[in-house]
Amino acid sequence: MSTLLDENTTGTPSKGLREGAFGNARALACRECGHEVALGPSYACPECFGPLEVAYDFPTVTREEIAAGPRNIWRYKALLPVPDDIEQSPNTEPGFTRLLEAKNLARELGLEKLWVKDDSTNPTNSFKDRVVACALSAARELDAKVFACPSTGNLANAVAAAGARAGIKTVVFIPSNLEKPKQVNSAVFTDHLVAVDGNYDDVNKLASEIAGEEEGWAFVNVNVRPFYAEGSKTLGYEIAEQLGWRLPDQIVIPVASGSQLTKVDKAFKELIALGLVEDKPYKVFGAQATGCSPVSVAYKAGTDAIRPVKPDTIAKSLAIGNPADGIYVLDICRRSGGAVEDITDDEVREAIVLLARTEGIFTETAGGTTVGVLKKLVESGQLDTSLETVVINTGHGLKTLDAVSDRVGAVATIAPSYDAFVASGIL
Amino acid sequence: MSVSVRIPTILRTYTGGESEVSAEGDTLAAVLDDLDASYSGIKGRILDEAGKLRRFVNVYVGNDDVRFLEELETATPDGVQISVIPAVAGG
Ligand SMILES: Cc1ncc(COP(=O)(O)O)c(C=O)c1O
Ligand SMILES: [Zn+2]
Repeated sequence: MSTLLDENTTGTPSKGLREGAFGNARALACRECGHEVALGPSYACPECFGPLEVAYDFPTVTREEIAAGPRNIWRYKALLPVPDDIEQSPNTEPGFTRLLEAKNLARELGLEKLWVKDDSTNPTNSFKDRVVACALSAARELDAKVFACPSTGNLANAVAAAGARAGIKTVVFIPSNLEKPKQVNSAVFTDHLVAVDGNYDDVNKLASEIAGEEEGWAFVNVNVRPFYAEGSKTLGYEIAEQLGWRLPDQIVIPVASGSQLTKVDKAFKELIALGLVEDKPYKVFGAQATGCSPVSVAYKAGTDAIRPVKPDTIAKSLAIGNPADGIYVLDICRRSGGAVEDITDDEVREAIVLLARTEGIFTETAGGTTVGVLKKLVESGQLDTSLETVVINTGHGLKTLDAVSDRVGAVATIAPSYDAFVASGIL
Repeated sequence: MSVSVRIPTILRTYTGGESEVSAEGDTLAAVLDDLDASYSGIKGRILDEAGKLRRFVNVYVGNDDVRFLEELETATPDGVQISVIPAVAGG
């Protein structure tokens, strides 16, 4: 195992870590039993295997201080496990993506007020650049030699790019059947794209085993996962800040492992606790594709027991059959008055085209899943159309072109003459 | 049946730092009992008070997650590799 740091004591880390290496973070705390361990490359509770999360001693932070920061995720650095001088280190500087009012889509779906948080404009075109930026900071502070991940594609893109910019060796592992554009988008940045014969859950298992044996490897979503996961909070912070420091009434978020959804909820709760937004109820909805919908199935069955599945869907970025944060997704969606819903691959394709034709945003299959679920929730009456709603687009459509390339294309092929154009009947 | 069991970092305090140990048993339940006889207390970390697999641990017999098989009753053929791995979210 990486002996980067002793993992059994709490308090300020010693062992060669510089002061403030993790900003205002205080310790890693088990989400299940509260047990605390020192800040370091630990991710599972030694008592109960529960996920370790970053716990903080937050200072007072004002809206003005945040607004004066850079137009990227480091404007929230006081709320992240990163050092105060984080901006000095090369990173991809993700974040502060656009929040677009989606009037056409709202009209189409019968919603009064709808926003799209478009995270497809991050440096490698998915929300994963956010989590990777925080993981890279941790890897640096822990003096890791290799930056790595198991990935459904987008994460590999983000790790490979950030590692290249930071000048650290990267090794990224993906299921071998992944979309070609996602493979190229990693391989262009790294010599070490490893395709594994198996699904994401197999790749994840392999990465956990390597992380247990190799010293000096920082697997962004395994041994430095607590730091990584905090990056997803910035999506929640930005939505609130861009709405003028208030929370939306409803939010629809895609679910693979469930990490991102739980962190948006954590972000909203922190903003309330810090007095940066007014306390108010908000409903959280999770979106899955039917071919990989273990959380939605458990939601509908009214149980807490999530049965793992073997994924079979075009939404490969969401194809995690054994979602570790699934039970937290259930809890958040149920407690907030939201829901978890799933749609078929055909509905995913339709929703990709719907978002493109109404708002000029080309999303990948994950965003298609999310917009399609939004539509289904409206139709089934589970979503209140009079409430202000935000839907998150987490990735770019150019990464999953095949999903829609059979449905869209030239309306006619004509000779380059005006007569031919007239004859085509398009006029 | 003799099998080998891969031990996650957080349980290596029980195995004196060993990352892989051998154990006996025809089913996963029997293997865990045997493991506990050699490394007292380790079973209680993998199973909860009700004797079921803890939520945040995944156990594989060969390459298969036992939740797809017979859970604790999963057969453990001679020589098979068993892996105990913490569940982690974020892909
Ligand atoms: C585009 C996109 N959206 C959403 C997700 C889901 O993230 P999580 O595993 O945090 O639920 C992923 C995961 O890889 C993704 O690539
Ligand atoms: Zn715990």
